[in-house]
Amino acid sequence: MIYHAPLKDIRFALNELAELPAVCSLPGYEDASVELVDAILEEGAKFAENVLAPINKQGDQGARLNGDAVTSAPGFKDAWQQYVEAGWVGLRAPAEFGGQGLPALVALAAEEMWCSANLAFSLAPMLTLGAIEALNHHASDELKTVYLPKMSTGEWTGTMNLTEPQAGSDLAQVRTRAQPHGDGTYLISGQKIFITWGEHDMADNIVHLVLARLPDAPAGVKGISLFVVPKFLVNADGSIGARNDVRCVSLEHKLGIHGSPTAVMSFGDNGGAVGYLVGEANKGLSYMFTMMNHARLGVGIEGMALSERAYQAAVNYARDRVQSRAIGSPDPAGVAIIKHPDVRRMLMTMRAQIEAQRALAFYAAAALDRAARHPVPDEQARNQALVNFLIPIVKGWNTEQANEITSLAVQVHGGMGYIEETGVAQYYRDARITAIYEGTTGIQALDLVGRKTASESGATARWLLNEVAATAEQLKAAGFASLSANLATAAAEAERCVAFIVETFGDKPQLAGAGSVPFLKLMGIVLGGWQLGRAALIAKAQSGEEGADAEFLAAKQLTARFYGEHLLPQVAGLAAAIVTGGDSVLALDDALF
Amino acid sequence: MKALVAVKRVVDYNVKVRVKADGSDVDIANVKMSMNPFDEIAVEEAVRLKEAGKVSEIVVVSLGVKQCEETLRTALAMGADRAVHVETDAELQPLAVAKLLKAVADKEQPSIAILGKQAIDDDANQTGQMLAALLGWGQGTFASKVELNAETATVTREVDGGLETVKLALPVVITADLRLNEPRYVKLPNIMAAKKKPLDKLSPADLGVDIAPRLKTLKVAEPAKRSAGIKVANAAELVAKLKNDAKVL
Repeated sequence: MIYHAPLKDIRFALNELAELPAVCSLPGYEDASVELVDAILEEGAKFAENVLAPINKQGDQGARLNGDAVTSAPGFKDAWQQYVEAGWVGLRAPAEFGGQGLPALVALAAEEMWCSANLAFSLAPMLTLGAIEALNHHASDELKTVYLPKMSTGEWTGTMNLTEPQAGSDLAQVRTRAQPHGDGTYLISGQKIFITWGEHDMADNIVHLVLARLPDAPAGVKGISLFVVPKFLVNADGSIGARNDVRCVSLEHKLGIHGSPTAVMSFGDNGGAVGYLVGEANKGLSYMFTMMNHARLGVGIEGMALSERAYQAAVNYARDRVQSRAIGSPDPAGVAIIKHPDVRRMLMTMRAQIEAQRALAFYAAAALDRAARHPVPDEQARNQALVNFLIPIVKGWNTEQANEITSLAVQVHGGMGYIEETGVAQYYRDARITAIYEGTTGIQALDLVGRKTASESGATARWLLNEVAATAEQLKAAGFASLSANLATAAAEAERCVAFIVETFGDKPQLAGAGSVPFLKLMGIVLGGWQLGRAALIAKAQSGEEGADAEFLAAKQLTARFYGEHLLPQVAGLAAAIVTGGDSVLALDDALF
Repeated sequence: MKALVAVKRVVDYNVKVRVKADGSDVDIANVKMSMNPFDEIAVEEAVRLKEAGKVSEIVVVSLGVKQCEETLRTALAMGADRAVHVETDAELQPLAVAKLLKAVADKEQPSIAILGKQAIDDDANQTGQMLAALLGWGQGTFASKVELNAETATVTREVDGGLETVKLALPVVITADLRLNEPRYVKLPNIMAAKKKPLDKLSPADLGVDIAPRLKTLKVAEPAKRSAGIKVANAAELVAKLKNDAKVL
């Protein structure tokens, strides 16, 4: 299965819609420039296409557990070695520990390519970066000095040990214990499940970040602390020391991402795993939240990236597969199925959403960079509010649609799509987890209606919808009649839903909750349409310029028009369900289900 | 020992090229451009020679439009030390390229010049040979193996009949064939560092070279489409057709 990094569209979304040049001018990012980012993406594309994509299918055979050691999927160890040597882990790792410290926007564009090429593989660096971020923000300088340099190169990988059998979405239920050892260290004991890349043979050491309770900790979320528990203890000189008392006791049998070993980790079977407290006691959960935005945005990228890969497979198949005469044609000769209207509808549905999602995710990433680095405090705050509002939408909408888009790719392949050898079924299976981990769609939607909409009386939502309405006006003036009209209508419907949520969340949170996922999808569709509307305006303006890429710019405008005519009308249906359909969600007696 | 490596910006090997509507040339507007793959091999070889301690400095040179800078930055990221860009929007034919490279070589005084054996756009396969003649240096073309010593280079050449090994006195021109090496993936820190490496700009006039074209392109056309084949009943019929229709026997 060949993968071609969609560099033209990535560049367009980066430079035009997410305004990379402005992000590069933020303090601390002066080293970055459009030309440099271009060079990075070119090389990243080569790596994704030639090293990671070719081993994706064999990765589907999965990692194997022998005793407590995990052999990673065929080709993965070698690819990791190359990934480390090329320095890709360092892309957004902090500069003071050997990383490049580039904007999140740039890192996420590269991450799209890793995820498209090989999602299972991409989780290893993604988890490592998450751990780096948590340590960099909250750990002591001593811990940072020991762990961050090796993690920034990828010589050591990182994991997140949060989930336990009784503590999934509700981490207040964590039971893993941390006993002070008297020498400043702690002995950790307990069991963690669903630990992505929890054990493997690709790196010299694995640095586990573990949520656990101290003996005197208060109950609930305020009694959880964060610990570093390395697979191998680290000697004073930085060399690898004794094996720590943490072991992989099982690997899960999953629906997809088989190349990524999902471990059950047992801590302290032989007296206690040595752990080091990160930051202050009982603040573990809030530390986890600091990197949550980045992680959730990353999973949103994963969903879109899988959709992109599946779309490429579907387009290739549709061009090659000859079947049936063209509808309405007197010529009985079969034609490539890309000629058939419904196949085209499926391909356009995939393409339009992917381009909208890429644009929205990059827009959110740029806001993340501005929130972190903008010199003006008011701008920081405004961008942080944008980030907070957009993240659950990008995470929830991109991944929900990834399920639909990869399913459409299977559909384009017909029966061949259901057969594993075409490879497209793998994308469909791999996509399923993205709407679950790092907070299910339901969790994202609850976050969106509660913390991100109702609690600020819909301020950010309304600011965004005003922007949408303004873009609709510009589209009208530029001659995009249907896109303009449907975007304006969709923005008005969305306003109605925001008002409903602000009104009901206080008194009748159950009603708002019943419409929360439809609201998340609605906002995804509206804001995705907004980004494609902006894209259409820019494409039209650029198409008159000398040396313009006429085909790309024309396709962009057509894709936006399709989105306006096929996706935006869904908003009215969702709005009706949100505003008037809550009661029927709640009414049926539990016993009658 | 200094190495001079020439790199050309060409249409990326993955691109399916199209001919301009008026048949005057290949249409390169808005298509992906990359370093000529044989030149990538040439850069890689120079970097390996440097890593082996045989070469102390690698100067990479490209001739042509402004965007050749990107190609040079790639070469710098691969490990070249500094770059020379002879910038011009004019069409450059192999003889003009060889003359410009000679002028750069006269300035830089390298002991070894490495080029790709040919560029994948015009497939001329002339520049290296012309450069050697203009410089009066020995040439080891179609190299699949290079051993460099203080005074000589031993080059294994891929020729029609097999492999030919020649020993050449330095300075020397070497052109890289496909099997000389496999270029590395560029490292991210090196991409960042490449930005800060020196890149000098020259014009053909600075070098005093007349680049006027000597050749005129009359027409560019797509290859004829293959027509359908036929089935033959037996070997005898096949031989007869090869003899009488195809006239290849």
